[in-house]
Amino acid sequence: MSNLKIFTKGLIKENPTFSLMLGMCPTLGTTTSAVNGLGMGVATMFVLIMSNIVISMVKNVIPDKVRIPAFIVIIASFVTVVQLCMEAYVPSLYNTLGVFIPLIVVNCIILGRAEAFASKNNVFKSMLDGAGIGLGFTLSLTLLGMVRELLGSGSFFGYKFIAGDGMLVFVLAPGAFIVLSYLMVLFNKFTAKLK
Amino acid sequence: MKSSLRNMVMVLLLITLIASAAVGVVYQLTVDPIQAAKEAKIVNAVKEVLPPFESLNKEVKAIPVEGDTVRIYTAESGKDVVGYAVETFSKNGFGGMIRIMVGFLPDGTINSTSVISHSETPGLGDKMEKSKSSFALQFEGKNPETFKLGVKKDGTGDVDAITASTISSRAFVDAVKRGYEKVMENK
Repeated sequence: MSNLKIFTKGLIKENPTFSLMLGMCPTLGTTTSAVNGLGMGVATMFVLIMSNIVISMVKNVIPDKVRIPAFIVIIASFVTVVQLCMEAYVPSLYNTLGVFIPLIVVNCIILGRAEAFASKNNVFKSMLDGAGIGLGFTLSLTLLGMVRELLGSGSFFGYKFIAGDGMLVFVLAPGAFIVLSYLMVLFNKFTAKLK
Repeated sequence: MKSSLRNMVMVLLLITLIASAAVGVVYQLTVDPIQAAKEAKIVNAVKEVLPPFESLNKEVKAIPVEGDTVRIYTAESGKDVVGYAVETFSKNGFGGMIRIMVGFLPDGTINSTSVISHSETPGLGDKMEKSKSSFALQFEGKNPETFKLGVKKDGTGDVDAITASTISSRAFVDAVKRGYEKVMENK
């Protein structure tokens, strides 16, 4: 697989949200607004790239039987680093993402990429894979958040252009499922040929 | 790589050692900014809920209530007390804990309120934030002696609840009430 292909496959062919359907918990939980979706996506992307790099570096010295615990320790460390930095330097984003930051550890995308890609490929390719999948995840979450914010609160990236409320159900949990399913239908319609 | 007891133990030990050292270093680097961010938030909230003042009295009264604390900050201009800012809470929010700052004038009149943290539903309960609705404005300039702190719908007071968020409104009122009681007991 060419390097470019490794990077771009995360956007459509192996898009974590719409194609692989991994990491649904943060996807549905955090996307109440476009900014929240973007923040969650970027935090996940950072962890994904870093953990992919480190895991591909150490893959040859980790015994097979303990590779999962070893991967999880590496991933959890990066998540803690992200959490501390976010709390220190962007407290407002930290307040909104709250409980979902520690949950990045158990996001199946990250362990999935470590197991399926980083533990079999070299450092550079693993980094590209992390960046691609992470970007696909970020774009999907931002799109989902954008649609929910638009319908639910009538604003775009926090810029409000209607007075009062939108359709509140879209900000709440049922709205997350509804928007996700419709976006998935559209995604599949437009990418059927590409696949 | 083939697993043996020896290399499994060694590798895991090494990885956890390096990981904890790295996390420790980052913690050391961020502990001060995190503390500063938290304090800045409190000071900003105090400024927001009180009329302009010159200094905050260094003595902060911390009153233990129900396993948590209510803190009273006293704002002064010269020797005059401008008002009291109370960091109060309610555990009865829809999403659990709600922390708010309420500013009282010396006679007990509510000057203003500000939400410090909450986990209410976005789009519904989070309207207790001033930027999102006028709910919190109805407290301003009211004295709880005449303005009963209770939700109108429940028949316990004069507060109009947020539409579809009676639980959040009740909790907000509960927190304001707790703040009022503590300030009156301790000023």
